[in-house]
Amino acid sequence: MPIIEVQNLFKEYSGRQVLKDVSFTVNNGEIFVLIGPNGAGKSTLLRILDLLEEPTSGRVLFNGQLVDYSSRASKNKVALRRRIGMVFQRTVLFNMSVFDNVAYPLKVRGESEHIIGQKVKEALELVRLSGFEHKNALALSGGEAQRVSIAQALVAEPELLLLDEPTANLDPRNVSIIEEILFRVNSERKTTIIMTTHNMLQAENLAHRIAIINGGRIEAVGTFQEVFGKPAESVRNFARLDNVFYGFSRITTEGTSIIDIDEGLQIEAAFRKIGNVVVHIPPEDIIMSTQPLLSSARNMFEGRIVQISDMGHIVKLKVNVGAVKAFTVQITKKSFREMQLTLDSKVFIAFKASSVQTI
Amino acid sequence: MVESTFWEEILNITLLSLKVSGTAVLIGALIGIPIGTFLGFRQFKGKRALMHFIDVMSRSLINTFMGLPPVLVGLIVYLLFTSSGPLGWLGLLYTPTAMIITQLIMVVPIIIGVTMSAVGSVEKTVRERALALGATEAQAAWLVLREARMGVLTSIIAAFGAAISEVGGIMITGGNIRWWTRTLTTAIVVETELGNFTMALTLGAILLSISFAINLALTIVQVKGAGR
Repeated sequence: MPIIEVQNLFKEYSGRQVLKDVSFTVNNGEIFVLIGPNGAGKSTLLRILDLLEEPTSGRVLFNGQLVDYSSRASKNKVALRRRIGMVFQRTVLFNMSVFDNVAYPLKVRGESEHIIGQKVKEALELVRLSGFEHKNALALSGGEAQRVSIAQALVAEPELLLLDEPTANLDPRNVSIIEEILFRVNSERKTTIIMTTHNMLQAENLAHRIAIINGGRIEAVGTFQEVFGKPAESVRNFARLDNVFYGFSRITTEGTSIIDIDEGLQIEAAFRKIGNVVVHIPPEDIIMSTQPLLSSARNMFEGRIVQISDMGHIVKLKVNVGAVKAFTVQITKKSFREMQLTLDSKVFIAFKASSVQTI
Repeated sequence: MVESTFWEEILNITLLSLKVSGTAVLIGALIGIPIGTFLGFRQFKGKRALMHFIDVMSRSLINTFMGLPPVLVGLIVYLLFTSSGPLGWLGLLYTPTAMIITQLIMVVPIIIGVTMSAVGSVEKTVRERALALGATEAQAAWLVLREARMGVLTSIIAAFGAAISEVGGIMITGGNIRWWTRTLTTAIVVETELGNFTMALTLGAILLSISFAINLALTIVQVKGAGR
């Protein structure tokens, strides 16, 4: 039985369409993962599901009941939100102890001190932060803080848990702890989970079903294999590599393929494919220059250096193209010195269509 | 004998300063904190053009009044309470009450302004997080105020600092009457004019000590609040 049914949802912010005719269903007890680039509308979608924003048009059904987004329904909204747990992408904790932070959702529900003490203890055990009760929440590391906010979202035992990129910018250890928490909550408490991620491996590991969201539209829904038409293992090895992008591929009249990896950002590839693809560009295949190059490379983008990692005789650079897409480029230390590159330098990156590999 | 009167008068002056500024700030906080909290909440604004207009106007007005010259406030209060003025029948001119009213008019915009920005800086994130965790709007608002408590405290200290060191306003409305409406600042003015530099400097040292004590207390509270 579906817990969430989204029907023809549209969301507009001052004339800009963030969600365009979004429809999907999430079944009770499912882990449903939304994959998509920044600005695809993932966060907005979760915020609408948590009743923090109202859709411009369209309907949401929660356990078969139509959700009333009108401001008259504020009592219903509170009641409904109390059945949903939410974890934001940017952790917000309150300036009080870890215990009081986790106790807050129970306090606003008017639970007794006894129940609060017991449930907070359980929630902190679940996120492996027992013993942190009396620390100030603002003094925690990023990973610990995110786990406290997961404990907050779970302490009142919601039917549905929403997570907006819960592991973005966390170290691998915290990522695996959080993945384990989500897996346990789903399998033991049967909590339905809807989460967003950039991490393909995470999607493949956790999700019963995934949805690809791009430019405000749902482009595909299904199991990982159904969506990518491949056994998950073939994607697995590449999931944590640099320069992995996904998008919709179409064939050009010249016989190459154009892949939309972001709004306005297109990569040309030598293969011929139609449909959703995951592509990889080896960092060592990318040529970097300070001036636009006249070359045979079919792909050229202007960007800015946002990160420099010294790896000995080579240097790894992260170059932001447009607002969100980051390419990793590998060059020798000698070229790095000769080009006099620094953070925020404007650069051009170029690569051949044949360097774009499909995974 | 002369010695004891000297210290007695200083004590009288100091206590009056604390009483006038303390009362003004206390009443100012009771008025200013609720208004500042209300204005700091963004949920009321932006939706309708009228709300937006009121918001812009109230912010600009508050910022203007935060920098209001005390002498001007003094003049207006004087004109209100002078025997031929509209409130002259109250007979409040040249009383500590008139001085409290003068300082109250000065400190309310300061408390509103600083509270407003403190609340505004945490309002969006804290309110949303509280709502997402199941709070009602009222519970969320209370939490926002709690999270903005350092800013609210700062507004009170800033207001008290401005009030205790203010001279022009209370000089006009209090009249600087010995043993009655003479405060630290007005006494310094008159003692300097009379060439009583010992008295003026002693009063100045007391004023500075009060300022320091208040700021020390504030810093301790802030350090505690941040690192608990």
